[in-house]
Amino acid sequence: MALTQEKQLEMLRIMQTIRRFEERASDDYRAGDIYGVVHCYIGEEAVATGVCAALNSDDQIISTHRGHGHCIAKGADLKRMMAELYGRETGYCKGKGGSMHIADFSIGMLGANGIVAGGIPIVTGAGLAAQLEGKGRVAVSFFGDGASNAGPFHESINIAAAWKLPMIYVCENNLYAASTPAASTLAHSDVAARAAGYDIPGVVVDGNDVMAVYDATQEAVARARNGEGPSLIECKTYRWRGHTERVGAADPRPQGEIRAWQERDPIERFVAGLMDQGCITQEAWQEMDEEILAEIEEAVQFSKESPFPDLEAAVEDVFAE
Amino acid sequence: MRKISYAQAGMEALVEEMRRDPTTFHLSTDAPDALVEEFGSERVRATPIAEGALTGIAVGAAGSGFRPIINWSMVTFSFVAMDQIVNQAAKIHYMFGGQVKFPITFRTSVGGGRRVAAQHSQSPYSMFMNLAGLKMILPSTPYDMKGLLKTVIRDDNPVISFESNRLMGVAGEVPEEPYTVPLGKADVKREGSDVTIVALAWLVHEALAAADVLDKEGVSVEVLDPRTLVPLDCDAIRASVQKTGRLVIADEAGPTAGASAEIAAVATEDVETFAKMKAPVKRVCALHVPIPYTPQLEDHVFPDRDNIVAGVREVMNV
Ligand SMILES: Cc1ncc(C[n+]2csc(CCOP(=O)(O)OP(=O)(O)O)c2C)c(N)n1
Ligand SMILES: [Mg+2]
Repeated sequence: MALTQEKQLEMLRIMQTIRRFEERASDDYRAGDIYGVVHCYIGEEAVATGVCAALNSDDQIISTHRGHGHCIAKGADLKRMMAELYGRETGYCKGKGGSMHIADFSIGMLGANGIVAGGIPIVTGAGLAAQLEGKGRVAVSFFGDGASNAGPFHESINIAAAWKLPMIYVCENNLYAASTPAASTLAHSDVAARAAGYDIPGVVVDGNDVMAVYDATQEAVARARNGEGPSLIECKTYRWRGHTERVGAADPRPQGEIRAWQERDPIERFVAGLMDQGCITQEAWQEMDEEILAEIEEAVQFSKESPFPDLEAAVEDVFAE
Repeated sequence: MRKISYAQAGMEALVEEMRRDPTTFHLSTDAPDALVEEFGSERVRATPIAEGALTGIAVGAAGSGFRPIINWSMVTFSFVAMDQIVNQAAKIHYMFGGQVKFPITFRTSVGGGRRVAAQHSQSPYSMFMNLAGLKMILPSTPYDMKGLLKTVIRDDNPVISFESNRLMGVAGEVPEEPYTVPLGKADVKREGSDVTIVALAWLVHEALAAADVLDKEGVSVEVLDPRTLVPLDCDAIRASVQKTGRLVIADEAGPTAGASAEIAAVATEDVETFAKMKAPVKRVCALHVPIPYTPQLEDHVFPDRDNIVAGVREVMNV
């Protein structure tokens, strides 16, 4: 199904929002306003954006430790996201989670996770719930190449295949797990090839091509809604930044490799295509970028003006009341 | 004497023991460069992110004549390997009637203070103490780290080395000459006569700082560092409490069924120690909640020197 111009421009806006949000989060982390650990998704924006563009608002997704992109693509509120990074009471998790643990259940974003592969069974449970409900909802698991080597991936995908759960498993293969190259830990370079063992479709997609990601997801979603079971989509992509934003952390990846992938910038490629088709002008693109920057500035101001939680909050929410 | 950091002391122990014993090898999801350089990628392997499998692999290799060293990195990730730790490693020697030995070193970091929220700020050693069949250390200084870790690697059982995140960069005196520190021997980090503070890991340092403050108030504090949790040096704890008559326990973990509860029981269930106690035991621990991200809340949840000072004043005023 061809996408309307409007929808494509919306996808462009989402990709650029992810990038600008993270550039700001990184700056503010380094300035000491954001604490702990921040993992950036810059370079991989086409994956979350292309996948979520093929979903309905009541479909569910689960994220990883590198979660800002998934949140934004599913429609999370930038103010509450930024406020969470800033550790404020107005953040999505009342300041208790931080960058690695943002969730918004109201939009079907079931959470970022500090445990590699920890989310895969959980979102498979959302898939089971969708099947039991029978309203045609689907659930999407985002995970890395590193996570694809963990038991929960295999256990979950087998169950989903055996039970024909309405699941889409999206591997973001950015070629590294922290500093360990995928080449040294994956017996087969394509995670998608493993689908054969579970008798489900497995496809490799250019993860820096948002339309290719969208098309593959569309197909998988149609299959899942139709009761035909899960699919595995492997998006080959690359993170531009270090594993985390920690200053001084070693990054063993070759400079040439990083540069080569930056030349395949998913945003630039998409904009160029849209300009060729006459969907957007240089001026309109610049204007869109300025709007995004203004929205992020607003989110930062909102965060800075929001209070830190009261100390009593430390003992609240351990149990549901 | 030269000074090196807690983290460097751990690395030195590893290097020396790997040189000494060719049956040792090292598995972790990120292979330390220094080890790969010296021992090669056969003996120092970067594994897939599959902690359950690599823990089980260590059990199998240990039972087959090797002496594996595993680094789970944060203790968070050990939970992914719980079956292999709890059902397998802890029980296999006993369950199979002691047929072969399972010498395994599990290294892992614990503790908070880094603003990394609930999953990555845990100190769950008491969960493991609750199992029979695992030994465990919790060093507080570079000296103890190196000496204990060497003993751990030579031990013929599965042993967990819990290493404090907060102490990784802390420097301390470590001799160049080889030495080891035995398991099950507590260390008096400061002598005193009015109150015993049994402190764990980072809180040893906070207890020493608290002792300085209390000293100015005329309270003489003894700081006892158990250093190993299994075996626990019950004699040293009882002897110190018999001398001072008061016991404060400082632990970064929560109090419920914690190491602190075990230490309190060790002191109070002993007739002679109990008879000499002048005040109830006081525990200074984290609040019993998952650890929050935002700094004010995190600092509120964890105990520090001020909480220890307050705890000591409380038992002095009984
Ligand atoms: C079970 C577990 N083991 C180890 C870690 C430490 N860790 C955090 S992210 C990461 C790499 C993950 O790689 P991948 O799944 O490829 O995701 P990417 O970071 O590349 O997006 C590791 C090893 C963890 N969070 N969870
Ligand atoms: Mg990866």
